Amino acid sequence: MTTTAPPSAAPPRAAKTVTRPGDRIFAGMSRGSGIFLLVVMAAIAVFLTVRAVSAISKDHGNFLTTFEWNAGLNPPVFGIAVLAYGTIVSSVIAMLIAVPIAVGIALFITHYAPRRVGGVLAYVIDLLAAVPSIIYGLWGAIFLVPHMKGLNLWLDTYFGWTVIFDKQDPNSAARSLFTVGILLAIMILPIITNVSREVIRQMPKMHEEAALALGATRWEVIRLSVLPFARSGIISASMLGLGRALGETMAVATVLSASPQLSAHLLDPLGGTFSQNIVAKFGEADQFGRDALIASGLVLFFITLLVNGAARLIIARRKEYSGANA
Amino acid sequence: MAKRIDVSGLTAFYGGFKAIEDISMTVEPRTVTAFIGPSGCGKSTFLRTLNRMHEVTPGGRVEGKVMLDDENLYGSGVDPVTVRRTVGMVFQRPNPFPTMSIYDNVAAGLKLNGVRKKGELDSIVEKSLKGANLWNEVKDRLNKPGSGLSGGQQQRLCIARAIAVEPQVLLMDEPCSALDPISTLAIEDLIGELKTRFTIVIVTHNMQQAARVSDRTAFFNLAAVGQPGKLIEIDDTERIFSNPSVQATEDYISGRFG
Ligand SMILES: Nc1ncnc2c1ncn2[C@@H]1O[C@H](COP(=O)(O)OP(=O)(O)OP(=O)(O)O)[C@@H](O)[C@H]1O
Ligand SMILES: [Mg+2]
Repeated sequence: MTTTAPPSAAPPRAAKTVTRPGDRIFAGMSRGSGIFLLVVMAAIAVFLTVRAVSAISKDHGNFLTTFEWNAGLNPPVFGIAVLAYGTIVSSVIAMLIAVPIAVGIALFITHYAPRRVGGVLAYVIDLLAAVPSIIYGLWGAIFLVPHMKGLNLWLDTYFGWTVIFDKQDPNSAARSLFTVGILLAIMILPIITNVSREVIRQMPKMHEEAALALGATRWEVIRLSVLPFARSGIISASMLGLGRALGETMAVATVLSASPQLSAHLLDPLGGTFSQNIVAKFGEADQFGRDALIASGLVLFFITLLVNGAARLIIARRKEYSGANA
Repeated sequence: MAKRIDVSGLTAFYGGFKAIEDISMTVEPRTVTAFIGPSGCGKSTFLRTLNRMHEVTPGGRVEGKVMLDDENLYGSGVDPVTVRRTVGMVFQRPNPFPTMSIYDNVAAGLKLNGVRKKGELDSIVEKSLKGANLWNEVKDRLNKPGSGLSGGQQQRLCIARAIAVEPQVLLMDEPCSALDPISTLAIEDLIGELKTRFTIVIVTHNMQQAARVSDRTAFFNLAAVGQPGKLIEIDDTERIFSNPSVQATEDYISGRFG
C-alpha cells in the first residue's frame, strides 16, 4: 500500500459538472439570504416613500425651503432648510477636524511610533470606536459644552470678523453647531483612523522601498509612496466617518439647543439636524407629523447617497493611477 | 563619478538571526560584479547593506565596514538618506510609483535633491530615459501613469529613475527575474552601456546572465539552513566559470547542487 493513490483512470462521463450537496446547500442559502435582504430593503423603501409622499403632498408650506418644523401650528409647517443646513455644516466641521488628525494618527502608528507604542495606541482607538454614541452625547453635554467657553471667546475675539466665528451673545451656552461638529469629529475619529491605518499597513513594502532607495526621508516616503497609495482608502474611510456624522442622533440631540434659524454664526446656539429633529419631535407627533418626519429622514438618506456617489467618483477618476495594476 | 566599494568584515543580522557573516570584497569602479549562490544564502541581504537599506527591515543590523572610496558608509554621523542618494537600487519586481506619470517617476529623485527648474528636469528626464533605452517607447506618453507600462518597460523605467540622480553605484537585485527573454536582453545590453558611467553590482540566479554581463563574479553559499551565508570566492567571471578555485563553486555552476 502506498500512501498516495495511483491516479485512477476517470470513467468517461458526460460533460456535466458535479454538484455536491454542500455546494447546493450553500448556494441555496446565499441566494436565499440575498433575495431576502433585497425584499426587506424594497419593503422598507416602499413603506417610507409612501408615507413620505402622503405627508409632503398634504403639506401647505414648501417642504424644502421652509425654516420651521412645527406640528403645533394650524396648519402645521414642515420645513427642512434649517435641518439640512445644520446637518451638513456640523458634518463638514467634523470632517475638517477629524480627517487630518485621523490620517496623522494612522501615519504615526504605522511609521513613527515604536512597534509597541503603536500597538497600544491602535488598541485604545479600537476601544474608542466601540463606545456607544449616547456616552459621547452625555460627555459632550456635561463636559464639552461648559469647557468650550474659552475657545469660543477666543475665536470670537480674534476671528469674529469672519462672521462664522462671530458669537452674537457671548454669554449664550456653547450648544452650537460648532460644538456639535467638534463632538462629531471626536466620535468619527476612531473609525477613520482605524480604516486608514489598515489601508496603510497593507501597502506592499516594495512601494516604500522605491522611495527609500532614492534617498527619501521618512516624510518624503510618506508623500511619495504612502499617501498616494492610501488615498482612495482614506477617502473611503472618511466617507464611513461622514456617514456616521450625518446620521448621528443622540450626541447631537444632547448638545445642540435647537432653534429654527439658519445662521452663519456657527458659535451661536442655533439650528438643528435631521436626526436630532426626528428624535425630538417623534414622540409628540401625530400620524401626519410622523409621516413628515419620515420624509425628512428620506432627504437625509438621499444626502448620504449623494455624498457616497461623489466619493466613488473621486476614487474612480484616478483609477488609472491607482496601485491596482502595478 | 563611479566609486570603488571596499567591504571588510561585514556581518548582518535580522534580529537575533545572523544572515551573512564576515564578508570582505572589493568592487572596482566602472565594472559589473555579479552575485550568485543558492537561494537564502544572503545575496539580497548583502546587497542591501551596500546602500544601508538593510536597516530599514525591523531588526536589521550590520557590523563591519563598507568604504565608498574613502568614506565609511557605516561611520558615525553618516546619514543613510545621503548614502541612498549616492548608491542607487533597482529591485526584483519593478516598482514604479503607481500614482505617478512616467515623467514624474523619473523626476522623483531629482525633486528630492532639490532640482526644480522645468528645463533642467526635462533634459535630465530625457537623458535618463534614453540611458535606460526607454525613450523611444514612451516619449509620446510621458504624462501617462508608469504603472501602465509592460513589466520590462516598468523595470527600465525604474532603472531610468535610479540613474537620473547620477548615483556612484547602481545595485540591482535580480532585475530580470520577472521579465521575458527579450526584455531581459534589453536590460543586459543596458547594463553593458551603464558600466561606462557607474559601478554596478547585480544579483542573479541566471548563470548565463552572470557570464554575459559581469566582469567579476562572487559566489555565496551557506553551510546549512539557519547558518549564516558566506562569500566563498570572488574572481574574474571568466575564471569563475572556467576554473574556479573552490570545489563548491564548480559544483554550483555545473548544477550539481543548489
Ligand atoms: N525580513 C527578514 N527577516 C528575517 N529574516 C530574513 C528576512 N529577509 C531574509 N531573511 C533571511 O536571511 C537569509 C538570507 O536571505 P536573502 O533574502 O538575503 O537571500 P538571497 O540569497 O537573496 O535568496 P534568494 O536568492 O532566494 O533571493 C535567509 O535565511 C532569509 O530567510
Ligand atoms: Mg534575494
